Amino acid sequence: MAPYHAGMNVATPDSAAPGQERSARFHRWRGRKDHIARWLIGIGGATVILAIVLIFFYLLKIVAPLFTPASTSLEQLGSRPDWARSSPLYLAVEEQKEIGIRVTAEGDIEFFRVRGAQSISTTPILPGTETRFVRVAEATEHSGLLAAATADGRVFLLQHSYETRFDGGVENRQIVPGVTYPYGQDPQLMLEHGEIRSLALADSENGLLLAALDATGRVKLLTGTRQQNLMTGEVALDSTVTELQLDVPALSIALSSNGDWLYVGNASGQVQQWALPGLELVESVELKGGPISAMAMLLGGISVLAGSEDGTISQLFPIRDKENHHSLEVVRQFHQGSAPIRDIVNEQRRKGFLAIDQQDELAIYHSTSGRLVHAESLAKVQPRIVALAPRADGLLIESKDGGLSLLAIDNEHPEVSVSSLWKKVWYENYSEPQYVWQSSATGNDFEPKFSLTPLVFGTLKAALYAMLFAVPLALMAAAYTAYFMAPKLRQWVKPGIELMAALPTVILGFLAGLWLAPLVEENLAGILALFIAIPPGIMLFAWWWQRLDSPIKTLVPAGYEPLLQIPILIALGWFALWLAEPLQYSVLGTDFRSWLGRETGAGFDQRNALVVGFAMGFAVIPTIFSIAEDAIFGVPRSMSNGSLALGATPWQSLVRVVIPTASPGIFSALMIGLGRAVGETMIVLMATGNTPIMDWNLFEGMRTLAANIAVEMPESAVGSTHYRVLFLAALVLFLFTFVANTGAEIVRQRLRDRYSSL
Amino acid sequence: MQRRKKAPARTSGDTQWVWLNAAAVSACILLVLGLLLLITVRGLGHFWPTRVHEFIVQDEQGNQSRLVGQIGEHEKVSAERLGEQAETLDGENGFVTRVLVKSGNRDVTGQDFHWIFQEHILRQRSPSSMAVLEREEWGAFFGFVVGLKSNGVLLRSRDVWGDFQLLLNQARQLRNEIDHLQKDEIGSINYQMERLRLKERGVQLKGEASPQILVAIAQERQQLQSSYQQLETRLDALNESARQNSVIMRIGTGEESDIDLPLAGIIAAWQPNAMSVTAQLQHFFRQLWLFVSGDPREANTEGGIFPAIVGTMLMVLLMTVFVTPLGVVAGVYLKEYARQGFLTRIIRIAVNNLAGVPSIVYGVFGLGFFVYTLGGSIDRLFFSAALPSPTFGTGGLFWASLTLALLTLPTVIVATEEGLSRIPRTIREGSLALGATQWETLWRTILPMASPGIMTGVILAVARAAGEVAPLMLVGVVKLAPALPLDGDYPFIHLDRKFMHLGFHIYDVGFQSPNVEAARPLVYATALLLVSVILLLNISAIGVRNRLREKYRGLET
Repeated sequence: MAPYHAGMNVATPDSAAPGQERSARFHRWRGRKDHIARWLIGIGGATVILAIVLIFFYLLKIVAPLFTPASTSLEQLGSRPDWARSSPLYLAVEEQKEIGIRVTAEGDIEFFRVRGAQSISTTPILPGTETRFVRVAEATEHSGLLAAATADGRVFLLQHSYETRFDGGVENRQIVPGVTYPYGQDPQLMLEHGEIRSLALADSENGLLLAALDATGRVKLLTGTRQQNLMTGEVALDSTVTELQLDVPALSIALSSNGDWLYVGNASGQVQQWALPGLELVESVELKGGPISAMAMLLGGISVLAGSEDGTISQLFPIRDKENHHSLEVVRQFHQGSAPIRDIVNEQRRKGFLAIDQQDELAIYHSTSGRLVHAESLAKVQPRIVALAPRADGLLIESKDGGLSLLAIDNEHPEVSVSSLWKKVWYENYSEPQYVWQSSATGNDFEPKFSLTPLVFGTLKAALYAMLFAVPLALMAAAYTAYFMAPKLRQWVKPGIELMAALPTVILGFLAGLWLAPLVEENLAGILALFIAIPPGIMLFAWWWQRLDSPIKTLVPAGYEPLLQIPILIALGWFALWLAEPLQYSVLGTDFRSWLGRETGAGFDQRNALVVGFAMGFAVIPTIFSIAEDAIFGVPRSMSNGSLALGATPWQSLVRVVIPTASPGIFSALMIGLGRAVGETMIVLMATGNTPIMDWNLFEGMRTLAANIAVEMPESAVGSTHYRVLFLAALVLFLFTFVANTGAEIVRQRLRDRYSSL
Repeated sequence: MQRRKKAPARTSGDTQWVWLNAAAVSACILLVLGLLLLITVRGLGHFWPTRVHEFIVQDEQGNQSRLVGQIGEHEKVSAERLGEQAETLDGENGFVTRVLVKSGNRDVTGQDFHWIFQEHILRQRSPSSMAVLEREEWGAFFGFVVGLKSNGVLLRSRDVWGDFQLLLNQARQLRNEIDHLQKDEIGSINYQMERLRLKERGVQLKGEASPQILVAIAQERQQLQSSYQQLETRLDALNESARQNSVIMRIGTGEESDIDLPLAGIIAAWQPNAMSVTAQLQHFFRQLWLFVSGDPREANTEGGIFPAIVGTMLMVLLMTVFVTPLGVVAGVYLKEYARQGFLTRIIRIAVNNLAGVPSIVYGVFGLGFFVYTLGGSIDRLFFSAALPSPTFGTGGLFWASLTLALLTLPTVIVATEEGLSRIPRTIREGSLALGATQWETLWRTILPMASPGIMTGVILAVARAAGEVAPLMLVGVVKLAPALPLDGDYPFIHLDRKFMHLGFHIYDVGFQSPNVEAARPLVYATALLLVSVILLLNISAIGVRNRLREKYRGLET
């Protein structure tokens, strides 16, 4: 406010007398002090206000990576002209992306440094022979176990592993690669097969499974049972080979990691599911995309991915419906392009995968979110063989000319998309698409289910029941207090009810969960009877009181009715509780709760929406009451006086004149009350079972956004998808309450303007 | 302008509707009063010496058994609901009465609560010599004191109860000494050792580890270790003498049911059935004091809540230190300095709305921004010696109070603005006209006049912060803090420590403790304490506001 500024210039000195000199200095000092204060307060005020804005932007900043697309960058690591002369059958890279392994058709296992592509060591699988290998397959779950098949059908099993050493401190990390032969170095398995086109290996509890597909489309399955020599402790394999009876030549195969299923894709576009170990055809699904050119299992071994010649990738998994009927379902499809899918590579830690087609187009997908995360062409590097890093943060590519490059992938949160957050998602092992929130479980191959819908539903359910309880009570109390109550009583009642707002919600939640919930469970009929009995009971009493022709009436002057009603309410409540208990047995034959369960089949939780409605309603009442009361009290008296003068009863003037005038204020009271109910944490946390179910049932619980944050936030890892989704939940809460409150505030300001004009 | 309303005269017809509305008011009042009454009765009842009864119970098969305990509640249940259990009972109108008995002696009987049917009770008496022992472990013990032992030898005694109390007092003093040694002295040495370790690591990291420094550190460590050893021997001796005495308690009827209880594990003993009203009152206040001043035991389900009180108070105090200057500066800026216009209107609405943003959102922000982002940076810059274990990179007192300061900031800003706008323009103009600068006007005239309004805001902020739990769960509250955030070790107030909190205590004990049923009275007592503190704060805020209104009434016209 600039005008105040004038004061400091009053005493500007123009003579040089010592006293005046001092006073001039003093005035300059005052001026400077004023200036400094202005600046400091300006900066301080602006900072505080900015800090508040910061909350929003910080939440946004944490949430944003969920929705930013993945990015990649291609880097040339080195060139190995000698690699162009050998044909690689297998390429892999360890977790730190420092060391790679390359197995060639010539039978050499080479470990190399990824950076620079220098060789570390090269060892032959079969020393001293010139055996040619045709295929190398890794076990489905990336344990490092490899099966290398020779042209004449011998299969060797070997395992590559990496040891991390810290010689001389954490700074000197060294990764030492090694190859072991868990079943000895002799050829362990004989396949007696034609030219092998594709090989699949699964190391399950039932034994070692190896499926081979030859050029003519025949599929053979080798089952190896482990036999431990009791004397030497050596493990040997006892193998049997069976051939599948196929009508149509197969084109691709995949083995589930638990060793239960063998999937075969054939030339007529069918995906067949064979049960192991008996090898029975369980199910056959025909896909529209033409011959199945590539197949892979998704992490966890439940879903199979089938790439068709028209560039479609289908995700299938077996389900059991309600009648326990088994079927293989096409769950979702991804359309990559027009070229046939050449290769599908699954991620080792997530339910994501990437696919490369015949035109060297690369696409990264995630199954749960159904998202195409990233797509780009690898045509310029001419990939010969690729390897996905275990953390799915890089793709090692060997080019046809022996060059080695790394496609760094920044893809932190593929499992989240707008549709996976808000729409139904068909999760593995579910018989149909559903809304599910299940953020964590044991096991690495768990599919996280981040659907915010059940949480939002729970939030709205809790808020709705709370509002159902609070709104009538609060508004009626507000109308009475503002319009009818004697001013002396109002002086006490209003702050009294407003004091309710100060009660810590943890206490309300505690009482709701430990005192009210068992009470409601025991006296369900009585509690419901309370609601049914009290309003008519009060009205009946009022009618009787009015008819009463006795001096007692003068004891309660107009405006003091609530005092009289307290004992009446207690009496009515006691009566309802007392009556309902035996009544339920005589009318329903059993107690109300069992009757309800029998008749409707609905569940009953002890900590349910009814309890939450009570407790949270209690928390919301003072908020609504206070604002609504202010709005009604603020309506100019002249308006209701006019109405009364025209012959309306006080009740009529209240309902027809005063309340419509105050309605914007009442609306804003409701909005602010709703905002409070939506964001309330402790009450729902303590008074419900916190199960994220979607059901409007009054007698079942829910999980709200706020309670969910309180429960899961402390355990979520910083920067993980789970962490960011929880921040998103907080952001949703923030925005909801902010919008509701802003709306209410604007309405209220309008109302204020209107009153001042009246 | 004072608006006074006269309730309009009522005509018949619509009266029942008015009455219905009036009933809503009564219902609200009933709810508030009922809730307060419930908490008060249950909370205070916890400390009252309840009588202990001896029941002789005969079940359907005619087996007689003896049960000793306090009566929890009587309940009328319909026989139908009980099903088979109640088949042989007569009841009245299909209802049977059952009694909840809290039996104590958890280590002997293995069960805390028993339901018995009123009809099954053959005899019920309350012997005056029945004693209740409060123990360190296993909850209460009910029984008769029959003798005292020292080093396993029976003591001759004429007044067993009196001697028991004497020995108990000795044991209590011993225990206090042991506690002091363990917590304060040894705790302090451990703390200094840890600091020494960090110091050593710090100089090593910085590359300043000269031999002199290392030798100095080693010497210091030697000293600490030797004083630790001394304390240890003293502690052993004390423990030894604490174990000497024991009391023989009879829980059954004959000698075969006697049990030896070491006095070291007994906190207090009383005979509730023999107590006069004065003794009961005395006992009540003593228990109340122990509750407020003691440390929690048995996974928080017993003992006191002193650490939670200290934690809550410290946190709120720190929060006040943060929020008051910030809120006042922002309020003053908005009202006195900022150009009034569209932007300030928007800011005002935004600030107002922030008061309605759910508290858990502030908790999430506090965790992400304060704890992980700021705390992580502070750790890397100043506490790298302690890494990878975080110092400020995890929840603690400092971050909790900062988070709550942010949460209550809107309250203080709004209150400050309101307080400022109550001051008539004439006062400002008068001050300016006398030649004061704007700052002088503000500092000497306006702020003092507005201070009660600001005070109201701060008190309301404190009241809100004291009761808020949800954000704290994310930024530093724990169920059991190993050390208070305030102690005798430099720097005396430990901002990085996690702390206990009354509200969280309620949540934790009520919902996460293994024996909720037994812990419930304690939760009520804690709730009562919290409610009283908050109501007191709120009422004082209302009082301040009313006085303020009176004071400036003359100015407003």
